[in-house]
Amino acid sequence: MSTPDQQRPGAGDEDQGIAVVARTQGQLVRRRFFRHRLAMISLVVFVAILVLSFSSTGIGPIPGWWKHDYTTIGTVVDGGRPTLSVVPGFLGGDGIHLGEHPFGQDNKGIDYFALTMRGTQISLMIAFIVGGLGSFIGVLIGAAAGFFRGWTETILMRFTDVIIIMPLLAIVAVIANQAGNAGPFWLAVVIALFTWTGLARIVRGEFLSLREKEFVEAARAAGTPAWRIIRKHILPNTLGVILVSATLSLAGAVILETALSFLGFGVKPPDTSLGRLVSVYQGAFVTRPWLFIWPGVFIVAIALTVNFIGDGLRDAFDPRQNKVRS
Amino acid sequence: MLAFIVRRVIAAFGILLAGTFIAYVLVALSGDPLAQLRQSNEPGIEDRIANMTERLDLDTPVPLRYLKWLGGAAQCVVPFVGTCDLGQSVRGQDVSALLADAMVATLQLITVATVTAVIIGVLVGIVTALRQYTRLDYSATFASFVFVSLPIFWFAVLLKQYIAIDLNDWLADPTVSLPAAAIVGVISGLIWGSIVGGDRRRVLTSFAVAFVATGGALLLLSASGWFRSPGLGPVVVGVVGVAAAVGLTAVVAGFRYRNVLYAALATAGAGIVANLAFDPLLTDPTWGTLFLLLLLAVAVAVGIGYAIGGLQRRQAISTSVWVAVIMAFTITADRMLTAWDNYYEFVGGRVVATFGARTPNYDGGTWGNLLDTVTHLALPTLALMLVSLATYSRYTRASMLEVMNQDYVRTARSKGLTDRTVIVRHALRNGLIPVTTLVAFDLAGLIGGAVITETVFGWQGMGFMFVEALRNTDPNPAMAFFLVTGIVAVLFNMLADIAYAYLDPRIRLG
Repeated sequence: MSTPDQQRPGAGDEDQGIAVVARTQGQLVRRRFFRHRLAMISLVVFVAILVLSFSSTGIGPIPGWWKHDYTTIGTVVDGGRPTLSVVPGFLGGDGIHLGEHPFGQDNKGIDYFALTMRGTQISLMIAFIVGGLGSFIGVLIGAAAGFFRGWTETILMRFTDVIIIMPLLAIVAVIANQAGNAGPFWLAVVIALFTWTGLARIVRGEFLSLREKEFVEAARAAGTPAWRIIRKHILPNTLGVILVSATLSLAGAVILETALSFLGFGVKPPDTSLGRLVSVYQGAFVTRPWLFIWPGVFIVAIALTVNFIGDGLRDAFDPRQNKVRS
Repeated sequence: MLAFIVRRVIAAFGILLAGTFIAYVLVALSGDPLAQLRQSNEPGIEDRIANMTERLDLDTPVPLRYLKWLGGAAQCVVPFVGTCDLGQSVRGQDVSALLADAMVATLQLITVATVTAVIIGVLVGIVTALRQYTRLDYSATFASFVFVSLPIFWFAVLLKQYIAIDLNDWLADPTVSLPAAAIVGVISGLIWGSIVGGDRRRVLTSFAVAFVATGGALLLLSASGWFRSPGLGPVVVGVVGVAAAVGLTAVVAGFRYRNVLYAALATAGAGIVANLAFDPLLTDPTWGTLFLLLLLAVAVAVGIGYAIGGLQRRQAISTSVWVAVIMAFTITADRMLTAWDNYYEFVGGRVVATFGARTPNYDGGTWGNLLDTVTHLALPTLALMLVSLATYSRYTRASMLEVMNQDYVRTARSKGLTDRTVIVRHALRNGLIPVTTLVAFDLAGLIGGAVITETVFGWQGMGFMFVEALRNTDPNPAMAFFLVTGIVAVLFNMLADIAYAYLDPRIRLG
């Protein structure tokens, strides 16, 4: 924009868009994240999967919009072949349509779309509980160890070391073998009890450096109680690290849960999950590959999008990234 | 340093004790080994229940049982005692004997997977760091995200179907069609074009060279029936040796001073001569002989480097040693492929195996058995290494970029050192320090990850043993698994700490 005012010093900067506008940390982070193209695409895909899985088969007593149920046994049509078609007619395909059974049917005639959606729902639910609860425990232990130091730190960190040396999949399998019978919720709790260790170490490290900072000293001098310093002064500064780690642990939880269910130690019937579907139908791979492919595609899609979102968040929270101007 | 190590060992010992105790309690509470027997009403079932209770010590309370178990397990760790007692399985087998076999199998899998993943991962990491924000970088980043997000069990079954079965079908009538060769050529051209980089002309030249070389080689090999009966022969071994000598010299030392190149070429020459001279010895050697020959090769390489190296002695020695190692592996591959025809006949053309660790009843001498192991290792290794590979390449890339922005690298550049010297001597050495520790940390995790791979591929290792034990509520084998993984984790965490302190002088141990 060219105005007569341009000659005045200082006004030109604003017109060319390089003047500094004050923004809060949150605004900066949000802007950086929204400009991360891959992360945004992933976020859209992830939310789409989330909405699709929960709305199509319904949550608990609320029925979904999909016409088939994931338990109803029906007649197998056309060998259970998927009716989904995405190649338009003018390209020599069958046109774009869903058909009666878009993902096909299994050998008992159960609609596979409904089954896959149900599995996705359970796997996602477990992942969210693991991500949330695991991060909560991790923050709690890491914060206590880093802030109080002394024997509290020694005990908590040695405990973390003990948990860390046990192979995650194996130790969870030992407990989940029993806990899986109590339903997916308890399975998720068990997994969360062993996945907090990484975050606890990171949070402790952050706290160790932040507790020596001047603003913490000032708060302490003003007589602020310890829990308030932790909550109001230190924790907000570690939010980025925690959020990134929680997001990435969500992806890890999906992989871990599906692996457990695949081995038969995770989600037990009548419940199902993506890992259990892969496990149940791996024998049908040669004759009906779609029974094996679909759940796997959803696992990869969920894990991949969540990983990309986590990567985008990491970049957004990284203070060294100062590419966003004005 | 010594005080630090001692303190670290004591802490590690305590952690290991606590870890095994928790694992023991959890395993003991995870199920009742007698459940199956209790439901049965066969005559004499009480005797069997009493027998099993006696064998597994089920009447003892869990903490006491742990102490008893620990007493037996401690003998395994103490060297030279030779009596190792890890209890019995529900079927009455001695667990330490089971564990010994399983450990060898897992070790084989883990070692091959780790070594391949480290080599490829670090190379990819370095190349993507040097070519930051290029298409190659973006593709590699995307690929590593995909690998990290892949569920191994799903991917392993896909590998079985699409790699093993389809590859075996192709091997029944191995011909490469013109379009297929062209496609592979284009892919190779794209990869090499972006690795070499530089201006447009250089990229196009490297694309063309790689395209013609790859596509042409494929067609030539197909026409000459090489895929039906592959082999290398002394000529290819020689060419590989000379190429390794020239290539390594270019990377490590450059051609400004000729001593390094001469030393490397002399080593390659010695390798070619040795390949022919030791021919009778290499026809069917024992593993001991092969190991001695490798040592001899390295010794000769050191000697050559020392004699010819002159002022560049250190570079000459390390280059020669690497040339010797590469040549040793090429000769091994060459000899191994001599067993191909025999093996192909025996397995009826299904060369890539999908199950187990060896073909039953096959004995093809050293080379035939090696080929058998390789074909069985191929798929599980591929499945196992992809995740680690992605992690290593991302980590190496980040670490290299961090180092490349340091002041001392800028100083090195500004005093006029060549790009190669700056990268190899200044950046690489420091950039790889964190990677060494990551590999050590990762190793314990890899054994845990092998649980799935071993189950899918029927590889009778520790993971397989663990899953079987858990399914049969068999506490002692499951505990043996936790004992080994715990020791490995504690040991390698400690080694990683010490190695870090040793490699990075900025870390002071107090």
